[in-house]
Amino acid sequence: MTSILLATLIGAAFGAVLDRIGATNPNLIGKMLNLTNTHLMKTILLAIGTGSILMFGGQMMGLVDVGHMSVKATYVGVFLGGLLLGAGWAVSGYCPGTGVCAAASGRKDALFFVAGGLLGAAAYMATYPAWKASGLLTDIAGGKVTMGEIPASGYDAVTSLPGDILGIALGAVFVLVAFLLPERIVPDHVIGHPAE
Amino acid sequence: MHIKWKSGGLLLGLVFFLAVALVKPIGVSTQFVILDGVLWDAIAPSVVSETDSGYTSTNAYLAKSGGKYAASVADPLNYSFVFVLAMMVGAALSVWQRGGLDASERSIPALWRANFGDGTFKRYAVAFLGGFAVLYGARLAGGCTSGHMMSGMMQTALSGYIFAAGAFAAAIPVALMMYKQEA
Repeated sequence: MTSILLATLIGAAFGAVLDRIGATNPNLIGKMLNLTNTHLMKTILLAIGTGSILMFGGQMMGLVDVGHMSVKATYVGVFLGGLLLGAGWAVSGYCPGTGVCAAASGRKDALFFVAGGLLGAAAYMATYPAWKASGLLTDIAGGKVTMGEIPASGYDAVTSLPGDILGIALGAVFVLVAFLLPERIVPDHVIGHPAE
Repeated sequence: MHIKWKSGGLLLGLVFFLAVALVKPIGVSTQFVILDGVLWDAIAPSVVSETDSGYTSTNAYLAKSGGKYAASVADPLNYSFVFVLAMMVGAALSVWQRGGLDASERSIPALWRANFGDGTFKRYAVAFLGGFAVLYGARLAGGCTSGHMMSGMMQTALSGYIFAAGAFAAAIPVALMMYKQEA
């Protein structure tokens, strides 16, 4: 029961914040990805940095349970799937979380995105044995690994650096990049304005 | 309208932190599989079945990792599934509270309109195909923008960095090619 209550509260907060930062707006996703307005990119970088600093800081102070971490495995399919997701993200302007939120917000194209998503997930369920047999889902680089050694996490590390301090340092880098990233990366003349 | 990146980034970071502090890192794309499983199981009840130690499925993907997806299909009222339903409610309330979206934006986003015109069929067909690619890719990768990119990089997971590299390596060139007109 507690877990359902937490799912409701955190989920609703996440959905509301995704709307307020503009992540559920395909125009802002398109402008981020065509490098004409990096506002949303700065938001995402700052969020990753903030989350990282709070989580590792909380772990070091003993306030956050290390056991709540969940690190995903590394395999070739992670990169291939990332490419496929990236292409679909750019053409549609939605990713899974922002797509369902946009559909709930009244965006009709997002309903088609979600329908396509359900079919895509089903297609993966049907083709999973072939991927499994291909070896592209087999762990590489240690599988479930973090950048540094995180005490009591149970995960192996890429380096022997202290994982919590490294996590805070990388978090600070994300925050710094968020501040340094120019608001617009491509110059005005590369992407033409509509004819008046 | 939308909030500035500084306050927005702090708020979003706080939500990701609260999720991992109180329960577990945020992820979304698995729930597309769970909903598919629920629908499939409703049509063909033999898809998911109970075992001595839990659940399993005739589908190899639902049965993997000790049948944890099969278990979620059997009982969709679990944390991760309710989380996604709550996201939809939270986003809808937020949009409603700030006055809603105008009709043209609900039908076709402005950036798309500026580049590809007012035809709804073209936009909806591409949104559908995009959704297919996004979820097929997310399941192949084992996570999406939330689970891999945000939760993953936040935890300093190597997989999160590899996923983000792949996603942007495809997304940026595609967007540069598609959205040449600004809106």
